[in-house]
Amino acid sequence: MRIALFVTCLADTLFPKAGQALVTLLERLGHEVAFPMDQTCCGQMHLNSGYRREAVPMVTGFTEAFGKFDAIVTPSASCAAMVREYHPALAASTGDRALAREAERIAPRVHELSGLLVNVLGVTDVGAYFPHRVTYHPSCHSLRMMRVGDAPLRLLRAVRGIDLVDLPDDETCCGFGGTFSLKNPDVSAAMGADKVSAVLQTGAQVLCSSDNSCLMHIGGALSRLRAGVATMHLAEILASTESTGGAQVSR
Amino acid sequence: MPTYLGMPAFPEAAAAALGNSQLRRNLAHATGTIRVKRAAAVAELSDWAELRAAGRAIKDHTLANLDFYLTRLEERVVSAGGQVHWAADAEEANAIVAGLVRAAGADQVVKVKSMVTQETGLNEALAAEHIHALETDLAELIVQLDGDRPSHILVPAIHRNRAEIKDIFLKDMPGVPADLTDRPADLAGAARSYLRRTFLRATVGISGANFAIADTGTLVVVESEGNGRMCLTLPETLISVVGIEKILPSWRDLEVFLALLPRSSTAERMNPYTSTWTGVTPGDGPRAFHLVLLDNGRTSALADATGRQALRCIRCSACLNVCPVYERTGGHAYGSPYPGPIGAIITPLLRGVTSPIDASLPYASSLCGACYDVCPVAINIPEALVHLRGKVVDAKRHGFPRPERMAMATAGWTLRSPRRLGLAQRAASASRKVVGRSGRIRRLPPPLSGWTRTRDAPAPPPESFRAWWARTRGGGG
Repeated sequence: MRIALFVTCLADTLFPKAGQALVTLLERLGHEVAFPMDQTCCGQMHLNSGYRREAVPMVTGFTEAFGKFDAIVTPSASCAAMVREYHPALAASTGDRALAREAERIAPRVHELSGLLVNVLGVTDVGAYFPHRVTYHPSCHSLRMMRVGDAPLRLLRAVRGIDLVDLPDDETCCGFGGTFSLKNPDVSAAMGADKVSAVLQTGAQVLCSSDNSCLMHIGGALSRLRAGVATMHLAEILASTESTGGAQVSR
Repeated sequence: MPTYLGMPAFPEAAAAALGNSQLRRNLAHATGTIRVKRAAAVAELSDWAELRAAGRAIKDHTLANLDFYLTRLEERVVSAGGQVHWAADAEEANAIVAGLVRAAGADQVVKVKSMVTQETGLNEALAAEHIHALETDLAELIVQLDGDRPSHILVPAIHRNRAEIKDIFLKDMPGVPADLTDRPADLAGAARSYLRRTFLRATVGISGANFAIADTGTLVVVESEGNGRMCLTLPETLISVVGIEKILPSWRDLEVFLALLPRSSTAERMNPYTSTWTGVTPGDGPRAFHLVLLDNGRTSALADATGRQALRCIRCSACLNVCPVYERTGGHAYGSPYPGPIGAIITPLLRGVTSPIDASLPYASSLCGACYDVCPVAINIPEALVHLRGKVVDAKRHGFPRPERMAMATAGWTLRSPRRLGLAQRAASASRKVVGRSGRIRRLPPPLSGWTRTRDAPAPPPESFRAWWARTRGGGG
């Protein structure tokens, strides 16, 4: 299958390893990955901060970059949810009917990684090897917007060598929330502190999630505490094999 | 909501609340307990999704035909012997109530717990007219005795534990036994004997209503303690202040809400007391009944196509109990009787977004969506929050550009062009040598300093994904 990668502005700029791992993984599973170079950002930061007007060019840009693909995958449940749930309405609000139709047509083609693998491609064992203690944080938008359910956990359980431990109160928000983390830094930190405490209770070496944004927040707090817990995107663990240095924790 | 004027914006009020360890402990315990119970109560019903859809549909239908149902309600209340008064805002409602109390010759009234009279600041308005309003709901009484404010829609004293309540009673409750303990049964007993004396003397009762049934002109109050039943039946005059969105077309519709509300709010299959009354009945209950129908911003909320869904709210407070922000800050930081996720949309819809607190409320959420999942009438709170954030930004578009708007404009300019984004990424990667040799950044300048005050930031990687792709795959997709 030919799958277009929407890497997201965040992963593109700060977490390229997640995108690279996603490419490695899909190619190993026999798919062809395309990366439209004219992609930028889904506009979620602007929309969710109240800058609706400023988000519109990002919707237009997204439809132009991805309009010709039947399947689009992204290493962010949050950005996938933005495209699916908000792009059509945002496009319609401009009065540009061609743009609205295009956004409506593309929206259901956008998948978050675990949903694509489990629900579209029908695989749970991707042949990965990762001999470390891992705990998984399900991001709010993966749970409550993309409704991926236990797809990420099914993928992780099938990884050889993994010691997967439950995260207490896993469905509670970590407190990132986009610009919430800057506009309400104290509340965001208080929520993050409880998430960090849950992560530390597990004794995990690696915290895994389907969103780099949550990992940046929880990982930033773990790092500030010098807690010694690494953060890795789901794609990075699923891309690991014996031959690609699966014994190594990447960061 | 006059008593909340001059509140600081949410982030400042929240920061102060976060430092109160007793508050944090009380809230985490209380909301944690009720969350689990609610989930179990809801899981018992196999048709919860259908009930929820029905609740939503009934409310939407009623709101879309509000003029018709309001007129019908008025007709039916009047023909059942009640009087109907219309109040455009809080001030009008309070003046009507004060006038009615004075006309009844009373200087004290007993009150059923009511959100709408918190909204209008009725107690304070009555006090200015030398009328004492006594709250008879146990938790409202605790808050009132302490000179405090409610911090939860359903459990106004959720921020207090029983040791604190014992202290409040000993300090402020007339006739309280000196050997009062903090056992729940003793605390309830002390409140009961204090309230009983007041009920028997009261000549005027004031209530809100959970529902108003247009077909018959019947008002409905749903409660747990029986204090409501006392206030609704013992006094000679009953005054009910009701928001215009509380209408249901018929008794049939009530069935749906009596299934949705108790399970969502107290995690009960059925609440202990459901009182209904229609006008006046000779020889039984109050001899005069007044219904004050309140707008106070509701018609302007109704005119907002995205915001109007908030008028479906039945004040169950399920959204408060699952909200990770509310759980940590408590209700006072929201600067309104309506705290938590629903408050963060209802308050700005009713009051506008001009004051610092009101403009900050739509941002008092991480948009995690837990509130939407539990809402029994399917109010998409995250959607409404994002919509209201747009209103806050649009209200400030004219005039001198503030730093945030300039930052957003610059980010937008960069992010809508692949070429400019690539250039920015190269600049970020080059800065790596300066800012992030350890792979982690410990300190950033404003506005990003809010991030690094409590968290490290990731250093930019040596190359962006797109640079890696172009280098290894030779560009094009």
